[in-house]
Amino acid sequence: MAITKRHSTDLAKQVFDYAPAPEATDHIKIRPRYGLFVGGRMVEPHSKKRFPTINPATEQKLAEVAEADEVDVDRAVEAAGKAFTSWSRLTPARRARYLFRISRLIQERARELAVVETMDGGKPIKESRDVDIPLSAAHFFYYAGWADKLEWAFPNRRVRPLGVAGQVIPWNFPLLMLSWKIAPALAAGNTVVLKPAETTPLSALLFAEICQQAELPPGVVNILTGAGKTGSLLVGHEDVKKVAFTGSTEVGKSIQRALAGTGKHLTLELGGKAANIVFEDAPLDQAVEGIINGIYFNQGHVCCAGSRLLVQESIAKPLLEKLKLRLSTLRLGDPLDKNTDIGAINSKAQLEKIQGLVASGIEEGAEMYQPECRLPERGFWFPPTLFTNVSQSYRIAREEIFGPVLSVLTFRTPAEAVEKANNTPYGLSAGVWTDKGSRILWMSQRMRAGVVWANTFNRFDPTSPFGGYKESGFGREGGIHGLLPYLELT
Amino acid sequence: MRGLPRMRLQVATALSLSHLGSLLRGVRSVDEVGADERAASLAKRSIKKASKLWALDMAIQCMDLTTLEGSDTSGKVTALCAKAIRPKPGDATIPSVAAVCVYPARVFDAHSHLSGSGVHVASVATAFPSGQSFAGIKVAEVREAVAAGADEVDMVMDRGAFLAGDYQAVYDEIVAVKDACGTAHLKVILETGELGTYDAIRRASILAMAAGADFIKTSTGKIQPAATLPVSLVMMESIRDFRRETGRVVGFKAAGGIRTAKQAIAYLVLLYETLGAEWMTPERFRLGASTLLNDVLMQIEKERTGAYQSGDYFTID
Repeated sequence: MAITKRHSTDLAKQVFDYAPAPEATDHIKIRPRYGLFVGGRMVEPHSKKRFPTINPATEQKLAEVAEADEVDVDRAVEAAGKAFTSWSRLTPARRARYLFRISRLIQERARELAVVETMDGGKPIKESRDVDIPLSAAHFFYYAGWADKLEWAFPNRRVRPLGVAGQVIPWNFPLLMLSWKIAPALAAGNTVVLKPAETTPLSALLFAEICQQAELPPGVVNILTGAGKTGSLLVGHEDVKKVAFTGSTEVGKSIQRALAGTGKHLTLELGGKAANIVFEDAPLDQAVEGIINGIYFNQGHVCCAGSRLLVQESIAKPLLEKLKLRLSTLRLGDPLDKNTDIGAINSKAQLEKIQGLVASGIEEGAEMYQPECRLPERGFWFPPTLFTNVSQSYRIAREEIFGPVLSVLTFRTPAEAVEKANNTPYGLSAGVWTDKGSRILWMSQRMRAGVVWANTFNRFDPTSPFGGYKESGFGREGGIHGLLPYLELT
Repeated sequence: MRGLPRMRLQVATALSLSHLGSLLRGVRSVDEVGADERAASLAKRSIKKASKLWALDMAIQCMDLTTLEGSDTSGKVTALCAKAIRPKPGDATIPSVAAVCVYPARVFDAHSHLSGSGVHVASVATAFPSGQSFAGIKVAEVREAVAAGADEVDMVMDRGAFLAGDYQAVYDEIVAVKDACGTAHLKVILETGELGTYDAIRRASILAMAAGADFIKTSTGKIQPAATLPVSLVMMESIRDFRRETGRVVGFKAAGGIRTAKQAIAYLVLLYETLGAEWMTPERFRLGASTLLNDVLMQIEKERTGAYQSGDYFTID
């Protein structure tokens, strides 16, 4: 007896269309113009210059933000220097109190922050809602806890804050990177001048409001918006004692050159070209999820993205089949839609860079696969892309693309996997997928990468240090290790 | 009785295997943390408006309306059958459910009310829910149920044999029951709540499909935990792999603890994003439930009218 009697015709092939489910934006108040946050107040920039920040999903202008010049940088560093005297002498438990207050305010304003982060940066709301904002609050909570326990963090040593920290952060995780930088700096007793990226300044400006709401003493946190010029003025300022930079390897190198011989403390968190290594005994379906999460999370705008998939040759075929099938279920579109998996590329410049590298991959002979995927007409978009037949020597296997583009390579033995994974100037992260516990340990001892994930990828926690080897930078953020760059130990 | 399965399972380690047990031990493992995470992420999909109505309609069409109580009577089954054919009296836009699921002794009652309606009669069998009876009795029970008019048989897998590692016994029993089913469709209940690990659930899924199951089903509803999203994900992924390896299509039934429309929609999302649109039909997907239907009806009314109606506007049974 066939079960079909009644259903065969009308149900042959139905598609489950998800109706749009956009996150509301009516509760968001973005001002038309923003100043600089200096000495606890929003002030007009000396430069009088402003530049627009746009929504990369619609190309619509969201606000005009100030471009800080030399005088603005001077003023901000001076305000931070003045605040340092009292802030560094404050009872540690009181410093902690401010940090706890900030964490709670981030939680209270989580929805607003998530929406703004998505509007300004293009990342899917489900990521800013479930990852960026909760993790930002978690970082402040975590370092608030350390503020009055620094002597226990480093037993038998005396700890002293450094002074004014100049911090420059990227556009891929604006508020999260801000938290990674500001929370440990303040917990250790430093004051900061922070410059957010020019394409994503809004969440940092909202954070300035949060500092006011928390009644943080004026000058402890200063926020200067601007482009590369502002950043180099800030890190080069003579009263800045400590520089922390997250961004491209190219800029990181130039900062290191500029700072050579100045005695400033420096930590750099730069690019990556992480290998995600899948062994033949791996749980395949979960490995596929890990690969997807590793490279398509935040449109691949992740320094530790698993952009090189190293798969054992014996399972390459089924794994790729599964991966392609999964790729076709990714939903690209309005970042504010709660069902969107892949949002907009952060800027036109980044889109062009991705397009250029993808073209080079095709030219060099790699085979490209993209699922059927309609791109919105306005805004900056790039479909999830996968390259097979990739050689170690191709640009797409060596250079950081910083976009939703995965290069697939194969290996035969664990030794070959290690060799290929390490054969890169970068060393930020790596992933290992296997059912065998001993092999996870064997691999992690041999990977020259700051973070090695086992049977997972892109997992962050404030208690766990993060940072790179080689051209991926130096210094660690997160955990006890994340306090060190902001302290002098004697 | 058929011999060993002639199919190519995805085996990473051993190549020439003659023994079912070692073959199944080669079935891929499942990472529990990863599977839980994936299921949780799909549960966050936001299904609204037209797509919600579509999903609710689909949930009714795929529903096995169930009563499995010692107190079931002819009267109770009669009432349930009426509800199954016409879930909302006076509203022809609400479809009938897929089947009514009862104990073997009530199959005749259900059959006499449902014949000609398009709604199927499903019977649990093989000493439901424990399966702890004699092989001959279990097969005989299936024969009787089919003879009494069951279109579908929901058998329970022998978990005792499975957990003891006697895969051959499990396999042989499913083959025998499938044979006894004749033209009736066979759903094999794995009772995932008793299997302990996702690895075991995956192994049991492959075993049941290899032995001839038309559907694999999560639970009896008599054991906690019953159906969960991650368990369903693991079973759906097994179905997907089995199809890829053998070409044979097997259906999936979630049962036990599914009481709200919201849960039902989460299963449909999981189904859609794991097995695809092809599986969104009662031929390949079922939701076994006793109290789910009224919540779905209530949500449909809410979507249509913008307001929740009192429970008195929905018939009990």
